[in-house]
Amino acid sequence: MSSFSVLTGKLVRSASKLRGGGSALPGLVVEKIDPDFIRRTLAGLPLGVAVVSGTNGKTTTTKMVVELLESQGLKVFTNRTGSNFTRGVAAALLGEVDWRGRLDADVAVLELDEAHAVHFVKLIQPRYSLLLNVLRDQLDRFGEIDKTTRLLEAIAKATTGTVVLNREDPRVASIAASLDRQEVRYFGLHESLRSTFPNDDEMRGSPAEAAAAVLPADVVLERVAETDADFRVDSTVVTTGLKLRGVYNIFNAAAALALARVIAGPQANNDALFTALSNVEPAFGRGESLVVNGQPLELVLVKNPSGFRLGLKSFAAHGYSTMIAINDNYADGRDMSWLWDVEFETLAENGVDMVTGVRAYDMALRLKYDDVPVAAIDPDITDALKKFIVSSGPSPMRIFCTYTAMLAVRRELSKITTVEVVS
Amino acid sequence: MSETLNPAAGDDRTINILQLYPRDMNIYGDWGNVLVLKQRLKWHGYTANVLDYNPGDGFPADVDLLVGGGGQDSGQVVIQEDLQTIAPALRAMAEDDVPMLAICGLYQLFGRFFKTHTGTVIPGIGLLDLETHGGTERLIGNVLSVSEEFGEIHGYENHSGQTFLGPGVKPLAQVRKGEGNNSKDTWEGARYRNVVASYLHGSLLPKNPAIADFLLQQAVIRKFGAFEPRPESASDLDELARLSELARQHASQRPR
Repeated sequence: MSSFSVLTGKLVRSASKLRGGGSALPGLVVEKIDPDFIRRTLAGLPLGVAVVSGTNGKTTTTKMVVELLESQGLKVFTNRTGSNFTRGVAAALLGEVDWRGRLDADVAVLELDEAHAVHFVKLIQPRYSLLLNVLRDQLDRFGEIDKTTRLLEAIAKATTGTVVLNREDPRVASIAASLDRQEVRYFGLHESLRSTFPNDDEMRGSPAEAAAAVLPADVVLERVAETDADFRVDSTVVTTGLKLRGVYNIFNAAAALALARVIAGPQANNDALFTALSNVEPAFGRGESLVVNGQPLELVLVKNPSGFRLGLKSFAAHGYSTMIAINDNYADGRDMSWLWDVEFETLAENGVDMVTGVRAYDMALRLKYDDVPVAAIDPDITDALKKFIVSSGPSPMRIFCTYTAMLAVRRELSKITTVEVVS
Repeated sequence: MSETLNPAAGDDRTINILQLYPRDMNIYGDWGNVLVLKQRLKWHGYTANVLDYNPGDGFPADVDLLVGGGGQDSGQVVIQEDLQTIAPALRAMAEDDVPMLAICGLYQLFGRFFKTHTGTVIPGIGLLDLETHGGTERLIGNVLSVSEEFGEIHGYENHSGQTFLGPGVKPLAQVRKGEGNNSKDTWEGARYRNVVASYLHGSLLPKNPAIADFLLQQAVIRKFGAFEPRPESASDLDELARLSELARQHASQRPR
């Protein structure tokens, strides 16, 4: 039965890849005919399963943890496709197992959407979990951010070994109080950086939490510059160059280091960890840079107010042509309210060259209220992208986009330049 | 914290906007409502002075316009006790025709009580004749409603409380798409004197400028006797009207 279901899944996977279809379909097929497939396959891994969750930065952080662990000589299985539901894990497993359903890996590092992670951990108890943040994201799906905190808490409680928490996010740090059998570790920020990373309570004038400072952190981000950063690890400060862009990605590097060091254990090789970190490229749509018409084009995924604020803060507008693409499909969140929790003043000087997406006019209206000039509006992403590239001329380009808008932009860009194909 | 924009020299054309509990009751972009009032006042040639009121603060005098938002359950717990201490002042302001906008959580607490689905009764401040009963289902999605006063109203609802209006208030609008106050009748929001209360986020005011203009005009008329706009440029208001209308049209075509 197991070989049969693996084979069937692999066939569906090949077929749906040929069609250019979604990454979760083969997983769905296996889930239906062999529901125990994931648990059975992951149960045998010598270092177990690590789950990465939180509202922002899961994909990039997971990618970093994988590369950090590989620098320690470990074989790592991960759901690289960015399909972070249980079905996506099944689909990714199908690509890796041999036809008997065996997985050649030491450890699995899985990015899981917070709501789906709760179901996943009932199926497979992770040995490690890394919980990043609770920022208002897709409130129409989860109702309230306190509810999201409860989802992350359920992941922490199901963890059998070590839980790594963000001490700077009061909701995430509060999870420690409900844990008794797990070991708890923290990652954090130097106090000089705290104002750069507003947590959800601080977005509207609430003072920064003083509590974070008293929690001991394994890894602390001490300083961030354009191309390098300082991390404090075991009371030693290490300066490392980085290919990652965006301050939030670099804070997530502290998270990834903390988890990787826990998994690698006391024999962890710090030099190898930092060399690997300096070579990590951003995940797709997370500040990745493409080349179009000989000019760099950066894609910045924005999906909630904190992410958008950090995106604007991380990438200076000066000298760039800017496009914003806002959709309101299920994966983007249907409620447009979040755009009003982002301040766009930093775009006022250069203006925005093009606003597009299903909710282009909501976005344009938002910019108008922040006195940001908008040169053109076209809800059709295909047309808007063409006009944007032409109008940018010799300027580098940057596109801020919601999730489904980013998929549409990438699809169009793949016709004119090389874009990593996400299967 | 306060900020002053466009300080008018000579004659005073300043409207004091009070944000009620921005720290704990600010979810779902309610800041957008304050921003819209502030900017529209500026474009009409008035000055907006935005004040914040958080639990424990001294309640400011001379408030011309009050805006309150929605919060999480935890936020409502934090402000509940404080709200009772300022309740007499808020009720007196409403009776004195101060324009107010109450969204979602504060809409509920402006009513007589909120009874949770486990039976706990949280007292409101009785500024509005309505009551809310906690439900087990969450009413989530795009809403299109129609009001005699303001025309079509576009927004997004996300609440589990079911609100029922008493005879002392009128509904703000009748729902065409979505649920509104509750899953039983077709009303959305409530109207009383110059108070506009609604479940709708979006934020409410950007896509519903008729409500924004009602609130700010009532504030100006109440303070200065007449609304006499002195726009610096007509183009801002024209472009705004065009963008608002297009955003409304596109919103109305979106699925629930």
